[in-house]
Amino acid sequence: MGFFEKLEGFKMDVLKEVGNIGAGNAATALSQLLDKPIDMAVPKVQILPFDQIAEKVGGQEQIVLAVFFRVEGDAPGNLFFILTPEAGKGLLHRLAGLVVVDEEQFSEMEQSALSEIGNILAGSYLSSLADFTGLSMTPTVPGLAYDMAGAILNYGLIQFGEMGDDALLIDTTFLEGKNEVEGQFFLIPDPESFEKIFIALGVPLQDD
Amino acid sequence: MIEEQAVVKVGMADLNVVKESGIIRTTGLGSCVGLTLYDKNIHLVGMAHVMLPSSDIAREGQLNIAKYADTALPELLKRMADLGAIRSRLVAKMAGGAQMFSFSSGGDNMRIGPRNVEACKLFLQEYKIPLIAEDTGANYGRTIEMDCTTGMLSIRSVQMGKKEI
Repeated sequence: MGFFEKLEGFKMDVLKEVGNIGAGNAATALSQLLDKPIDMAVPKVQILPFDQIAEKVGGQEQIVLAVFFRVEGDAPGNLFFILTPEAGKGLLHRLAGLVVVDEEQFSEMEQSALSEIGNILAGSYLSSLADFTGLSMTPTVPGLAYDMAGAILNYGLIQFGEMGDDALLIDTTFLEGKNEVEGQFFLIPDPESFEKIFIALGVPLQDD
Repeated sequence: MIEEQAVVKVGMADLNVVKESGIIRTTGLGSCVGLTLYDKNIHLVGMAHVMLPSSDIAREGQLNIAKYADTALPELLKRMADLGAIRSRLVAKMAGGAQMFSFSSGGDNMRIGPRNVEACKLFLQEYKIPLIAEDTGANYGRTIEMDCTTGMLSIRSVQMGKKEI
């Protein structure tokens, strides 16, 4: 795994801070939307084999709700906002006043509302990162899926597929109250983006 | 007579074979393609979870041959031949290759699913292996398994339930 060998402890900490700033702002945005406090777990930066990435949300076949954004600009990547179906229904109820009709499905109205919520959160995640790094990072229009976690997340691994069998994931979990999970943000920067992020933040790139 | 059949799991960018009895399974296919080859005379199944169409784009040091359509198929053929498969008896089935998210822009990576399907078909043709059934495309994830005694491929999805091809 030559690609990741250069990412020693200090750089991993920098990426953790990247997750902290992005998700911190997104958590604030969600907290404002819901008018209640949203906590955030310390971001995890991990290099994981493809197969294990879906384990972070309950396994390959776990059914999740995901809003996906391709990040465009100076430091491209993939951004997922992932919710359990229950958390998704809860958000819809509190934010849009939509009453749960079907536990198992999401109507077009619900999907559209969830995409918009994802859009607001991803916007604040990325704009704070862009401010922090001085790099342009803009989300595409949101794509929504309600499906197996494996099938959804694999989509964000394609850029890493050319490099090897592992990907680097910046994972932040939102918590409501004690530890009820509200949602998770996964940022998977493209392999080329790391160097740009490090240069932008003044992290020395010396190769040994 | 109730006997739990052994299940062989094929991970992402992985391949494996099962002979005589048992089930071979791969989970959470999105844009990836689950390609299966079957030799019914000896009840031999080979399955690959293909992630990318071609190894030409590979920038990795040590190539994972199970990952790319162009390298996974020859490797499956070789492993199956080692176990007694005859090329002319093999038939192929495949599933997956969905486009999980649709965007108007985004370039080639966005339609990786259809490209994986096209690549698998191309290489099957090249090796003259008939594709007898497929469940590909659309926008949902699939989990597939094949029973090596029957060669039936069963496909499960959140939206469409279960089906067999």
